[in-house]
Amino acid sequence: MDLLSEYFQSYLTALETYDVVAALWVNIQLTFWAFLCALALGTVLALMRISPVPSFQWAGAAYVNIFRNTPLTIIMTFCILVLVFQLQLNLSDDFDFNFFLWAIVGLSVYHAAFFCEAIRSGVNTVPLGQAEAARAIGLSFLPAARYVVLPQAFRGAIAPMGNTLIALAKNTTVATVASVPEAAGLMKTMIEFRPDVIMAIFATFALGFVVIVIPIGLLTTWLSKKLAVAR
Amino acid sequence: MTTRQSVLFDAPGPRARRRIIITNIVGILVFLGAALFVLKGLYDQGQLAPELWTPFLTQEVWEFTIIPGLVNTFRAAAAAIVTSVVFGLLFGVGRLSHNKSIAWLSGIIVEFFRAVPVLLMMIFFWLLLGQLKVLEPADIPFVAVVLALTFYNGSVIAELVRSGVHGLPKGQREAAMAIGMTRGQSMRSIELPQALVAMLPSLVSQFVVILKDSALGSIITYSELLRSMQIYGSSGPILQALAVAAVLFIIINFTLSGVANWLARFLGSRTAGRTRPVSAPPVAAKAG
Repeated sequence: MDLLSEYFQSYLTALETYDVVAALWVNIQLTFWAFLCALALGTVLALMRISPVPSFQWAGAAYVNIFRNTPLTIIMTFCILVLVFQLQLNLSDDFDFNFFLWAIVGLSVYHAAFFCEAIRSGVNTVPLGQAEAARAIGLSFLPAARYVVLPQAFRGAIAPMGNTLIALAKNTTVATVASVPEAAGLMKTMIEFRPDVIMAIFATFALGFVVIVIPIGLLTTWLSKKLAVAR
Repeated sequence: MTTRQSVLFDAPGPRARRRIIITNIVGILVFLGAALFVLKGLYDQGQLAPELWTPFLTQEVWEFTIIPGLVNTFRAAAAAIVTSVVFGLLFGVGRLSHNKSIAWLSGIIVEFFRAVPVLLMMIFFWLLLGQLKVLEPADIPFVAVVLALTFYNGSVIAELVRSGVHGLPKGQREAAMAIGMTRGQSMRSIELPQALVAMLPSLVSQFVVILKDSALGSIITYSELLRSMQIYGSSGPILQALAVAAVLFIIINFTLSGVANWLARFLGSRTAGRTRPVSAPPVAAKAG
């Protein structure tokens, strides 16, 4: 019993020295901004891929195949070592904020490929008969897209987009490569300085991510069920 | 695109065809312009100088940097693939078990490890193994990479096993019951074999994830492809070294994805389950 309370005491002092919540908050911020950018870029890419214009299709497909198959770690390393250190491309004059912005760029560029595929798979869930029926009742391209195809496509895309968002939230830890003060980096520092409570430290950070990820999972599942198109 | 008629667009008439051609030409010009702009920028910075690129064609760089890096990447990925599949089968079947406590425990483990970032686990195992001092220090990064990849990808594979079995038509199990098999027999000889065939394409796609995530090992000093290229590039050609590493990863993963797609088509007639990868449910959606 004594050992246990002693362990707990030293765990508490470790928590007092380091701000775990602040580090996790950085991950949440990275998730939020990278989600917005990746969703915007992914939507543009998806539109290019489903358009009837060959060069747009080709460019969209090339982007997706390149970035989906490159490890995020390489993209992040490239942003920092090449774009910032070698080519001196700075997004902000503030040293730390510059790295934060580049981390968002790296995360967005990578996940945009996955958001594109999620949206495209949503379009693919719409049966051809829906478009044919829309044509049959006299709707032209824009009304058919706006009232018949796209509403169903967005609903079908919610579940795969939720999966991508969850992957994005977890992948924000890779921003440690850009020395952004986020959870993975802080965990490493904490364990290095307080090796006596390594298990408790890992459990804390792991639970932190469970707490971030589970609400996203529950929300997107609920949304995708609520908005599911009954066919 | 051409194999399936698009839901959004009808077969174009003469006017639409003309519009598509014009947009196509504008698109080509825009993309070429963007590519030229980037190349011009790189050229002005001196990054296109041949002496920065040619080393990657020499035998020396391949022999001492690229091949050892690739070997380490494949070593970690291959080990992680084997252990993840074992982990996945164990906990996937465990989750389907009729014993409530086994199903519940497997569920908790699978959902937990799917929610924790791989990098977090990698750093944890790396530092933990360093503390325990049971392994040669040189082996620690490798073991940490494999352990972290196993726990995460094994959990994903466990979900694939579960959804593979759930995706089979009910009649398969009912038929097994009708000829007098027990639940265990039906699982072993009827359901699992078909579920495994059905999940094979998704499994191969997961191998792409394993291969990509093995690059995280560079953060914990495992000298796989990215890290060896990074070390080589630190003397100057860093852009070139990372670009070569990325191209190698893209080629390998693109080939693997091709195999997954081919398997999905090829195996479609060999199982009662669906071979097309269905998007896995979001993490923790069905916890407990």
